[in-house]
Amino acid sequence: MSATAPVAGRKWKRPPLFFQSKALRYFIYGAALVYLVLALGTLNINWVRVAEGTERAGRFISGFIQPDFTTRGRDIWNGLIESLTMTFTATVVGVLISVPIGIGAARNIAPPFVYMVCRSIIAISRAFQEIVIAILFVAMFGFGPFAGFLTLSFATIGFLSKLLAEDIEDIDESQSEAIRATGASWFQLINYAIQPQVMPRLIGLSVYRLDINFRESAVIGIVGAGGIGATLNTSMSRYDYDTAGAILLIIILLVMAAEYSSSHIRKWVQ
Amino acid sequence: MLRIEALEKRYKTGDHALKGVSFAIEPGQVVGLIGPSGAGKSSLIRCINRLVEPTGGKILLGEIDIASMNRGELRQVRRRIGMIFQEYALVERLTVMENVLSGRLGYVPFWRSFTRRFPQADVDKAFALLDRVGLSDHVDKRADALSGGQRQRVGIARALEQDPELLLIDEPTASLDPKTSRQIMRLICEICAERNLPAIINIHDVNLAQMFVDRIIGLRAGEVVFDGKPDALTNDVLTRIYGDEDWNAMRKTADEDAADAANVAAFEAAREQRMAEVPA
Amino acid sequence: MPVTQTETGKIWQRRTTREQWLGWLGWIVLVALFMYCWDVMNRGTMWSFVSDAPRQAADLLNRSWPPRWSYMERLWIPLWDTINIATLGTLLGIIVAVPVAFLAARNTTPSAVIVRPIALFVIVASRSINSLIWALLLVTILGPGLLAGILAIALRSIGFIGKLLYEAIEEIDETQVEAVRATGAGSMQVMDYAIVPQVLPAFAGISVFRWDINIRESTILGLVGAGGIGAQLQSSLNTLAWSQITVIFALILVTVVVSEWVSAKVRHAII
Repeated sequence: MSATAPVAGRKWKRPPLFFQSKALRYFIYGAALVYLVLALGTLNINWVRVAEGTERAGRFISGFIQPDFTTRGRDIWNGLIESLTMTFTATVVGVLISVPIGIGAARNIAPPFVYMVCRSIIAISRAFQEIVIAILFVAMFGFGPFAGFLTLSFATIGFLSKLLAEDIEDIDESQSEAIRATGASWFQLINYAIQPQVMPRLIGLSVYRLDINFRESAVIGIVGAGGIGATLNTSMSRYDYDTAGAILLIIILLVMAAEYSSSHIRKWVQ
Repeated sequence: MLRIEALEKRYKTGDHALKGVSFAIEPGQVVGLIGPSGAGKSSLIRCINRLVEPTGGKILLGEIDIASMNRGELRQVRRRIGMIFQEYALVERLTVMENVLSGRLGYVPFWRSFTRRFPQADVDKAFALLDRVGLSDHVDKRADALSGGQRQRVGIARALEQDPELLLIDEPTASLDPKTSRQIMRLICEICAERNLPAIINIHDVNLAQMFVDRIIGLRAGEVVFDGKPDALTNDVLTRIYGDEDWNAMRKTADEDAADAANVAAFEAAREQRMAEVPA
Repeated sequence: MPVTQTETGKIWQRRTTREQWLGWLGWIVLVALFMYCWDVMNRGTMWSFVSDAPRQAADLLNRSWPPRWSYMERLWIPLWDTINIATLGTLLGIIVAVPVAFLAARNTTPSAVIVRPIALFVIVASRSINSLIWALLLVTILGPGLLAGILAIALRSIGFIGKLLYEAIEEIDETQVEAVRATGAGSMQVMDYAIVPQVLPAFAGISVFRWDINIRESTILGLVGAGGIGAQLQSSLNTLAWSQITVIFALILVTVVVSEWVSAKVRHAII
């Protein structure tokens, strides 16, 4: 565009936001359209069955509005206790194990061999979802909360070690240099230079993970790893929507409470 | 033209920002509003187009009272008042042209603005304004790709695109270097003269204000304490507005600053030059 | 008071005695709570099963190796379904989440007293419930199939996208909004010219990120009957066909890695 004086009638069109080339843009739009048609074409929805479902949907919504906490009160309570104890123990054990692994996976303080080993542990733990791990642990250790506990501990390790390692890699190098300059040993270095810098974040992340573990504990029960998820699964397969509504409400409330208090704890720690 | 009568603003926090401010502005008059931080300059300018709701008094633009309007009427009157902001307040992720055309939002229906199909007359005017402020090469650049001085020029073009009857200008030079500040002030004053457009300029730099405006209003703690010609702004008056300070020393340093600034500005200009040469 | 004056000189301690005691007490409570929880949790645990675990694991490995690669040809259609569940579910989630986010953000909500709490509740409810639980619910209502999966993914995505998007909306630069409002723009025009351009990059990033998570989650929705590759996993689990399960796990792993790579690339291109 040259700097000539503007002429009346000069058109203006907004330049495209993405993909400057016109051909590429049309190609992408076309491809998206073709995909949508194909995907919707293979959906194969059984509308008769869906129509039948509306009645159940109504029952579920009424169950959600008038939840029944008492009829299966005992099952709900047991499931809840299992979930909570499982969550807590798994978080504690997970944190204890992830601290050394996290330190080992930090490039700036760990020797290369240890770094490789710890990073592989993290990668394995993160590759699969909790539910897949739970399937394996249930097959090995039998049904019940113990398998759930192992699942959640294992998942915690992947989550926490990775974030901890990244934190350690991000710390202020000048501080650890200053401590190293005093002739401190490796353990003293960790204690004086690393720990003060990453401790608040570690506590915050642990609390956050506690929150996540509780949510997950509601899921892994579906494949037999105990907890409130098992109770929920049973009530659903009985079409007992009043109890299911009650359980879902309890989960929502507990997650809200956990989120609220964890954000407070994290603020308080920092 | 614009008449303000006993304007009051009391914030919910209890701050009494404006205590019965009254003045009137003639067509084509450029008024500089000076005063210490917290004197209510910003509140006053924002009360006029009701970005801040006044709690009492009248704002008469022509015959109509802005202070007592409902939302629909307010939209009609806002488009008659152009505003230029301190930190440019361009929508950074929109192009220069879209920013300028946003000055027409009060005139076009939603679907036209949504599809970016503005009337050709608006587009013509936008091109002419961008040419007037010297940015015809940057039409389709994103606003955040421009330098500070260039952004403020876009801000000016946006305000003028509204065909305003009044300009409200909030600290136009606060984030600019001294040389660019003068250029921008000169541009604003020239445009106001060309169009016989009245303007209220909120400005903290007393020297710059004296250099360019026709009339100065001094505000202190929400009250008008001075209203007159720029050359009537004596050291006594300044003390009345700002409190005690060695004004002669300050004026002297300001001159030295300006000399220093020339070097900075030369560097800036070279940079702008380089940025302009980068292909869009 | 960390420094105490004694006859021999000043003694420095990191914490006061009171702080020290409180610290110890905290640790003791934590350990006691852990022991108690451990005890309660393992009341029903059969320790004979647990001690048997190494043998079980060896058995499992034995049965899952070598993988039955020929099973792969029956996985392509479920894989296509899985990708569709994730993509269509994300799209549906976005369609609902965007208005909810605008209703929930403090600076764009029409009413902070009534509408905002409702929108926030929708977001929290959607976020607290895992997509697998949504699927469980929807399968009992709508019957097994892809539709339940798509809706489950969409319901979970509303909360995720809604939360991140409304936080992005609350963080925008208000002076830009003020400037557009000062031109006499209507509220829809303010939205279009001042708010949308500011949140668009965040929105695109969030959506792609959620799509990546949804691919991961949709691989297992079939466990409860919501279609996709998880259905194959469920039937293989029922018949204890571990050599097929290995193939499925491998395919899930590859899919997840590829989708993560795609999402990282796209997000990089946007920012």
